[in-house]
Amino acid sequence: MIETDIIIIGAGPTGLFTVFEAGLLKMKCHLIDALPQPGGQCSEIYPKKPIYDIPAYPEILAGDLTDKLLEQCKQFEPGFTLGERAETLEKQTDGSFIVTTNKGTQHKAAVVAIAGGLGSFEPRKPQLKAIEYYEDKGVAYMIKDPEIYSGKKVVISGGGDSALDWSIFLSEIASEVTLIHRRNEFRGALDSVDKVQELKNNGKINMITPAEVTALFGEHQLEAVEVTKSGQAAERIEADNFIPLFGLSPKLGPIADWGLEIEKNAIKVNNALDYQTNIPGVFAIGDVNTYPGKLKLILCGFHEATLMCQAAYQIINPGKRFVLKYTTVSGIDGFDGTRKEAPKAVVKSIN
Amino acid sequence: MDQDVQLKITDRDGKLHKIAAPVDMALNLMEVVRLYELAPEGTIGICGGMAMCASCQCYVLSEHPLREMQDDEQAMLSEAFNVRSNSRLGCQIQITPQMEGLEIELAPED
Repeated sequence: MIETDIIIIGAGPTGLFTVFEAGLLKMKCHLIDALPQPGGQCSEIYPKKPIYDIPAYPEILAGDLTDKLLEQCKQFEPGFTLGERAETLEKQTDGSFIVTTNKGTQHKAAVVAIAGGLGSFEPRKPQLKAIEYYEDKGVAYMIKDPEIYSGKKVVISGGGDSALDWSIFLSEIASEVTLIHRRNEFRGALDSVDKVQELKNNGKINMITPAEVTALFGEHQLEAVEVTKSGQAAERIEADNFIPLFGLSPKLGPIADWGLEIEKNAIKVNNALDYQTNIPGVFAIGDVNTYPGKLKLILCGFHEATLMCQAAYQIINPGKRFVLKYTTVSGIDGFDGTRKEAPKAVVKSIN
Repeated sequence: MDQDVQLKITDRDGKLHKIAAPVDMALNLMEVVRLYELAPEGTIGICGGMAMCASCQCYVLSEHPLREMQDDEQAMLSEAFNVRSNSRLGCQIQITPQMEGLEIELAPED
């Protein structure tokens, strides 16, 4: 059981900034995110895109914003449970909460801050008949353990970086790799595209474009896929594995079943005070919440996180008085023993 | 003062909405759909309008000449589902005075 002061669900910009604001108030945080890396949408959807409305940054790439937020909160030593989706929320008799992930990792804290954005990122599944039947029977939407494809006939579909990168990687270990895409053009890093071209020329990757997988076959296990090339008759290709890589899309997911008030796919909060939900001790901040006048902006998430931490402090330290301190005046004492402070003014007489 | 254009938008439940869209607000079709709440929040415009998801995919039913598809829109549609020959990403279509009477239908959610 991981124990902390605040469990933050979602490691996007709002969640990361919460670590910093909580740290100033001496509260420790642990973040849970379904994605394997921190940054949320900023790292998953648009790391190379600029953002122009982060205060004091005329322009910053979403990926760089993530890096800076990680750097800013580093001295408060946040814990991370990444690649796992928060599945259940249970209130304990002592008022604390236990959040358990889909992999069974348990986290305990007095306060839960849901900074889940639009929800957890789930793979987009092609709409093929019986595709769900073949999941774990040859069909997978993510590659967790590449070794299982050793010596197999693998069909990959998709036109982005992950389709290209995995085709390259698996061409080394699989007996056969077929890459299928609806266009001749691929959207990916130039060197990946060049590498796939080279592997295609060398016969290491079979490429079928413009085409798509239109059916799956197999008795108890995937045995073949049907590939339809535009304007041509469908053909059947033997396949042990089919890996459709069509990106991820966010779904609110299990959070919707936690007894929280949901409106417009978002969690209703008290915006007059502290962004608390209808469950005391559970807050929702950033894009995942809603209230009259809500704007889904990163900068609003930062503000919400800051106010939420004040309320969390009162829950964690009941009755304890507190006064706002400015970092310029007080400096920052990290949990890792570091201290940041403004340099002292030099006082020297002039004779 | 720019005039609004009248659009006909069929939502994902098949209901037809006749709406007026301003041409002077630099809006795109995805934003107009959100403005009128013709699709639930969180199911359209997920990437914010960067042609990086296909949640605003729509079918263009009328013959209006629209801005040509750029590479990123084409690439995204080639990975989307339920794509037809008249599919476009709403976020890539700016509202212009030439769109008077444009008819579109929202594609199903993924």
